[in-house]
Amino acid sequence: MNTASLWSIFINACLINNFVLAYFLGICPFLGVSGKVATASKMGAAVTFVMVISSLCAFGINSILTAINAPYLQLISYIVVIASTVQLVEMFVKKMSPALFNALGIFLPLITTNCAILGLVLFQTAKGYNILEGFVYALGAGAGFTIALLLMAGLREQLELADTPKIVKGTAITLLIAGILSLGFMGFSGLG
Amino acid sequence: MNVAVKENKKKREQKSTDEFIKGLWKENPVFVQVLGMCPVLAVTNTSMNALAMGLATSFVLLMSNILISLLRNFIPKQVRISSYILIIATFVTVIDYVIQAISVELHKSLGAFISLIVVNCLILSRAEAFASKNTLKHSVMDALGMGIGFTFALLCLGVVREVLGSGTVFQFQILPENFQSWIIMILPAGGFFTLAFWLLFFNYLKERKAKS
Repeated sequence: MNTASLWSIFINACLINNFVLAYFLGICPFLGVSGKVATASKMGAAVTFVMVISSLCAFGINSILTAINAPYLQLISYIVVIASTVQLVEMFVKKMSPALFNALGIFLPLITTNCAILGLVLFQTAKGYNILEGFVYALGAGAGFTIALLLMAGLREQLELADTPKIVKGTAITLLIAGILSLGFMGFSGLG
Repeated sequence: MNVAVKENKKKREQKSTDEFIKGLWKENPVFVQVLGMCPVLAVTNTSMNALAMGLATSFVLLMSNILISLLRNFIPKQVRISSYILIIATFVTVIDYVIQAISVELHKSLGAFISLIVVNCLILSRAEAFASKNTLKHSVMDALGMGIGFTFALLCLGVVREVLGSGTVFQFQILPENFQSWIIMILPAGGFFTLAFWLLFFNYLKERKAKS
């Protein structure tokens, strides 16, 4: 396996085709948990972990489904894997750090319905990555998600102090910022 | 007594139309509840994609609401979320194959976002918040209202982005040929900006209404 191609998969998933800002995956937590930098970074770590585990499981499932020729079960089995991984993470976080568990709140179980994870698994299958490439792809996507979340959280912390007009407060201003961030990330497209 | 029964019936009917109406405007899933953002931003670069996505989502929403409402007394509380997701995933698989059968081209342009209807928070939230607690009739009305509201919102974005991004609506040229199209509108950034401006517009309307 040549390292250059793995590196390019990572950069591609993380910056050029950033899951949040170029593919619009995982917008809900992006808008919901990006209030504080500390929470955002932990959310990013949790999502990255679920991504890596799901990507490895999906690789196994996909080879079984291809062997028994049942592609129509793909979507259903993927979502089951993701839901169980999230359950695992939830139990782990609850045990290890109840404070973090409270901070993430409803968004922890909602990782199940985070499109970034199902999207990652589907793209990985569509691109026909092997297990190592899939692993790197998941790491890259997770890193990209975390970067986007952190950038947004940092900006929103500053925004709290700014004097914004009443009608742009809340979602509207967040979306405007996201648009500008997305423009910025387009600059990475030369890297590929 | 007859009058009382009649009145009761009238009330119930009133309620079911309310369930329908609320999804269209007062509790519009996109503009008010800000749910299901991923497809809203991702596939609204043309009006056709937006319409197809809206209809596909409405179909899944309707079918899963019906099934969940029928099964609401049989699904154990502990495993309800996973059961809902499985039901939704089944219908998404169905609509995925249906779209592929109708138009391969459309299927290609929507791409992974058809499969991603499974994780549309709108559908799961309707299942959890409404269908699991209400009768079949109300759930159907709720699903129809929310589905139409969602499709309407998608079209709002799709039409604006297509007009400004390529000067067309449903591929009919409506702006003059020499119109310099705004490429940014069909790029990801354009999606964020368009939705932000729609939200601004609705906030402005609300604000003005509150003042007068």
